[in-house]
Amino acid sequence: MPEHIVRSYDKELEDLGRKIAEMGGIAEKMLSDAMDALANLDTDLAHTTIAADMRLDLLQRDIEEQAILTIARRQPMAMDLREIIAAIRISGDLERVGDLAKNIAKRAIKLSTEPRFPRALIGLKSMHEAAAMLLKDALDAYALRDAERARMVWSNDVELDALEDSVFRDLLTFMMEDPRNISFCAHLLFCSKNIERIGDHSTNIAETVVYLVTGEPLPTDRPKGSSQRSRLAAPPAAI
Amino acid sequence: MSLANAVKLDLRTKIAVKNLSFFYGDSIALKSVNMPVYTNKVTALIGPSGCGKSTLLRVMNRMYDLYPRQRAEGEVLLDGENILDAKQDLNLLRARVGMVFQKPTPFPMSIYENIAFGIRLYEKLPKIELDGRVETALKGAALWEEVRDKLNASGLSLSGGQQQRLCIARTVAIQPEVILFDEPASALDPISTAKVEELIDELKANYTIVIVTHNMQQAARVSEYTAFMYLGELVEFGGTSHMFTSPDQQQTQNYITGRFG
Repeated sequence: MPEHIVRSYDKELEDLGRKIAEMGGIAEKMLSDAMDALANLDTDLAHTTIAADMRLDLLQRDIEEQAILTIARRQPMAMDLREIIAAIRISGDLERVGDLAKNIAKRAIKLSTEPRFPRALIGLKSMHEAAAMLLKDALDAYALRDAERARMVWSNDVELDALEDSVFRDLLTFMMEDPRNISFCAHLLFCSKNIERIGDHSTNIAETVVYLVTGEPLPTDRPKGSSQRSRLAAPPAAI
Repeated sequence: MSLANAVKLDLRTKIAVKNLSFFYGDSIALKSVNMPVYTNKVTALIGPSGCGKSTLLRVMNRMYDLYPRQRAEGEVLLDGENILDAKQDLNLLRARVGMVFQKPTPFPMSIYENIAFGIRLYEKLPKIELDGRVETALKGAALWEEVRDKLNASGLSLSGGQQQRLCIARTVAIQPEVILFDEPASALDPISTAKVEELIDELKANYTIVIVTHNMQQAARVSEYTAFMYLGELVEFGGTSHMFTSPDQQQTQNYITGRFG
């Protein structure tokens, strides 16, 4: 795409893109650090993760403010308008990803005194891998303005939902085995929910990328695995 | 836009431009342009200087006939009749298709006469009826409240924005079907511009409007359909909201985002 006649306009848009990239990097690192902290019961790493969230919040505010200013100043049209709207939306999603990772880190600190090391952590690890992949693909799709890759993220989120389902069943089993497991399993349940939510934010980002590139919104109904309702209505029988 | 879509939206075509080419002497200014102008809608023509948008506007009421060595080829159908036909009565055409220019052009006479003058050209009305028509026209142009007490003052005594609305009132007074606006707000301050835009919004209930504007935000604000022209060709025609959020053509995108080149 050729440059704007007013060059400072290009600079403003590039700046937005750069800040989104920085936010993406921080969010990815927070997620993997939080999961490492949880797996190794590493409270130092957990504290570092919590502290990193501040920069993420700051960047998000920064992006929002700059986007509003650019809209006010330049009355952006077409691609530029979508670019700015996308920056606002994606920065919001990434900020939430940071919050969710921070929440996992906080739980890692709480669990650090817990001697029992549940097998469920293996399930959480696979969830983490799937979510990290979704987030990475969504961010790559944004960086490359690649609607195809974004569509893939959008449809791949189903797998993460399925994994969450099986982790839920696992944790339920542990809790039924021994009531003393309930406390930490409850924490892990929240962690799995957090990871699942990170997957949702990644698909949000992917949706935004498709809109950014094509100008068309994705359909509202995303492919779904087993839904929340069916899971609650029919709890696993073989426990 | 497909015909099926147009029917669904209850769009009627007021003016159909068909294979229209236009020449200034030997140089070609419009190259086989095809586009509709829908009834009771505002259609904006945008494009860089020299793209042919004002030329296209000037064809729609044959303003170009005033100048030698200018000619049009193709068809411009107003309610299905070709206005380029040599037998076309130009006075009648210009009564049906009025025009408002870039700079306000009030006549050097009273505010009242500025409007009554045009009406008298087409109709013989008793004084009382004429008064009514003048009042309606001034109200239609959102100028009545400001001038009702000084109808005998010179039209030139008004501010630029008021003068432009006086010209719109003059156009409205002869009850045209189509109003052509050639950069109606480019010589006005922002407040007057807003008033003219508000007026255009009101006028479309009764008239079909075509507006040429350099100000893209203005096109985005006032129009329902936009035509983007470049070097005498129609590059893209479509719904305004679509054109300004995700245009189909790269050239349109480059122009409206300020990246031309």
